[in-house]
Amino acid sequence: MRAAFYIPLAAFLGLAAALGIGLTMNMRLLPSALIGRSVPTFNLPPVPGVRPALSSANLKAGKVVLVNIFASWCVSCREEHPILMALAKSHVVPIYGIAYKDTPKATATYLANNGDPYQRIGEDETGRVGINWGVYGVPETYVVTKTGKIAYKVVGPISAAILTQKVLPLVRKLEAEP
Amino acid sequence: MIPEIGQFALVLAFVITLVQGTLPVIGAARNDAAWMAVARPAALMQLFFVAAAFLALTWSFVVSDFSVLTVAENSSIARPLLYKITGVWGNHEGSMMLWVLILAVYGGAVAIFGGHLPAALRARVLSVQAWIATGFLLFILVASNPFVRIFPAPLNGNGLNPLLQDPGLATHPPALYMGYVGFSMAFSFAIAALIEGRVDPAWARWVRPWVLVAWCFLTLGIALGSHWSYYVLGWGGWWFWDPVENASFMPWLAGTALLHSAIVVERREALKSWTILLAILTFSLSLIGTFLVRSGVLTSVHAFAVDPKQGTFILVLLVIAIGGSLGLYALRAPSLKLGGLFAPISREGSLVLNNLLLVTACGTILLGTLYPLLLASVTGQMVSVGPPYFDAVFVPIMVPLIALMAVGPMLAWKRGDLAGALARLKAAFAAAALIALVTWHYLTNGSWLSVLGMALAAWLIVGSLVELVERLRLFRGSLRQSWARARHLPRSVYGMVVAHAGLGVVVLGIAAALTWHSAVLRDMRPGQSAKVGPYEFTLRGVQEVPGPNYTARQGVFIVTKDGRYVTTMKPEVRHYSIPPMSVSRVALRPSLVADLYAAIGSPDGSGGYAVRLYRKPLISWIWLGALIMVLGGGLSLSDRRLRIGAPARKSAAYPAPSAIAKGA
Repeated sequence: MRAAFYIPLAAFLGLAAALGIGLTMNMRLLPSALIGRSVPTFNLPPVPGVRPALSSANLKAGKVVLVNIFASWCVSCREEHPILMALAKSHVVPIYGIAYKDTPKATATYLANNGDPYQRIGEDETGRVGINWGVYGVPETYVVTKTGKIAYKVVGPISAAILTQKVLPLVRKLEAEP
Repeated sequence: MIPEIGQFALVLAFVITLVQGTLPVIGAARNDAAWMAVARPAALMQLFFVAAAFLALTWSFVVSDFSVLTVAENSSIARPLLYKITGVWGNHEGSMMLWVLILAVYGGAVAIFGGHLPAALRARVLSVQAWIATGFLLFILVASNPFVRIFPAPLNGNGLNPLLQDPGLATHPPALYMGYVGFSMAFSFAIAALIEGRVDPAWARWVRPWVLVAWCFLTLGIALGSHWSYYVLGWGGWWFWDPVENASFMPWLAGTALLHSAIVVERREALKSWTILLAILTFSLSLIGTFLVRSGVLTSVHAFAVDPKQGTFILVLLVIAIGGSLGLYALRAPSLKLGGLFAPISREGSLVLNNLLLVTACGTILLGTLYPLLLASVTGQMVSVGPPYFDAVFVPIMVPLIALMAVGPMLAWKRGDLAGALARLKAAFAAAALIALVTWHYLTNGSWLSVLGMALAAWLIVGSLVELVERLRLFRGSLRQSWARARHLPRSVYGMVVAHAGLGVVVLGIAAALTWHSAVLRDMRPGQSAKVGPYEFTLRGVQEVPGPNYTARQGVFIVTKDGRYVTTMKPEVRHYSIPPMSVSRVALRPSLVADLYAAIGSPDGSGGYAVRLYRKPLISWIWLGALIMVLGGGLSLSDRRLRIGAPARKSAAYPAPSAIAKGA
């Protein structure tokens, strides 16, 4: 019976150990449960007159691509937008966009104002597809392999450092793979 | 000069906490009145010096002394005075200062208002309070000193995150901290009781006002924070299950459980060691919340920028404070005497069930918040947990809890009559069924959850009123008798009825907001109109408006209903230069019937603007309900027995703690 009074202490010490390990990790590079798995199956409508639509088939076309989840209402997306624009100009890797919980009009306006780095855009008005991707907060950026597997995930605005140190080396490595 | 005075005051406060943390508690063990008496002046001195340090920092912000690093990094000259002051706690160092200031305020409050406490208990409580202060003052002095100078001083500061330049921010962290830190009092009382080896109804009565104060402030703080994200973050949501929101919600759930279990200790002397455990857990969750926000282990919109050294320091503090107190609990709690027995169906039984549900809810949120971290540390695998998880687990726990809230107060202590209680709740049943039918009829885009939510809200509100009617014997005797009963009914009963009904109002607001909102998202040119529900929004024009440290693009909407003028709404996008950032300011017209909400976005290049217009029926009831809950807490706090009730303990003599430990 007395031993039961030690349960809270034991539980807390376990928690503290996990927090300690957590401190040593960089949780901003939080990959998703889907890492190593195929992208979820989806078929999203386009933003009319802007870019072609996006479906899971486009992600299995033998190219390494970045999938960027964004929204016109999201402040952090504006922060990362110049970096995406620069990346798009460099033609290193195609960027596909999923406009999360947004409307075609708002997306089109947003891109007209801030520039459009995407080759394809899927309009996810309900956010259903975003949930299947395991979206935690917008923006998020996924690296997808030639065969349509999720290789990496960045939560929050992508920074130049993450891009050059993590994402681009991975893209080059995946490109080299058959 | 002023920052150095602040620095010295901080060091002095730290030294005082060392004295306050040792002499009184040793004095209590040796029954030495002189040593115990050190506690009160020490707590007041600590308050004085911490307040002096806080004022020194505030002064540095007000006069924009950019030779102070914290000011240079977080303020700028052009900022309005109000936001220079609130900027003090809009950053990591300053918010830690606010944390210790509030801790010292509570310590000082015990020193001033704790006159009726036994000297030994007061000495121990203040010593434990000083231990916490020692840890956090050390943390401030070593790892996040707000008074660090830089040379040469920059001409202007980096400015505050513009999202935080808002009246909501001015009020929500202080209220939140008053709540968070307020639970340190319950913690100190619990540790003091464990050291003393004695928990009795008198202890529960002494600790209750502190728990109530903390609970009221935390409720207020969470409500303000939620309202802030509703109108500042700008997309109409009001709760995001963000780790930082969870960090404030978990102590609230545990603190609510504590509030209720302390009643059982007070009335029936049961659940003692459980109540002690809850007091420790509630404050521990506050501390863990502080750690989560500041260590960078979780991603969040609210996170402060921090370096890993600070995270490690707080983690060590956590292990000492929480690990130490839970260790003490494991050693001493088994010796607490068991209290009165009760049948499963009784007031106590319902409060136990309430505690189980609240703690389970708290546990699932803790799990959801930390699961990515736990899994990553154990297996290296990374996952994320989002709102779908929290919605899925939280709702099924809240439903029985709310159903129970109307029934529990109807049950008698020791052994209750469930059938009788349910029979008396006929009116609540009828109201719930009626509301469910009405909701079903008007359901447009909601689900069965909306129907359930509305029914539960009606059940709880009417059930709480039925409880009051029963107590007053309204409609069963003469009005005069009822009036006499009304005057003699303890305030705590009114408090309970009001707080429970307040939660019902919150549930009503949530269910309605989920069910009947209408939204229009489109491009509008000046002169065009859009219909949102029965309202017609006409974009009159878009103008550039200068602000004190920003320029804004402001849309002017004329809102009419059936051709009659209702209001003018002016949403803005503010462009700040320091730091460069654009922030959307929605225009909000709150009302009890429906909030109107307008936001303006970017121009589309051909003279139009992206706009978002919402009509959200009853959504402001969420925050109204929270205020009603705070009012209920305040009523309960004003109860006579908490003000005058300095109950004598059963036996006057204090047994030595060691004797209890051996005797058990």
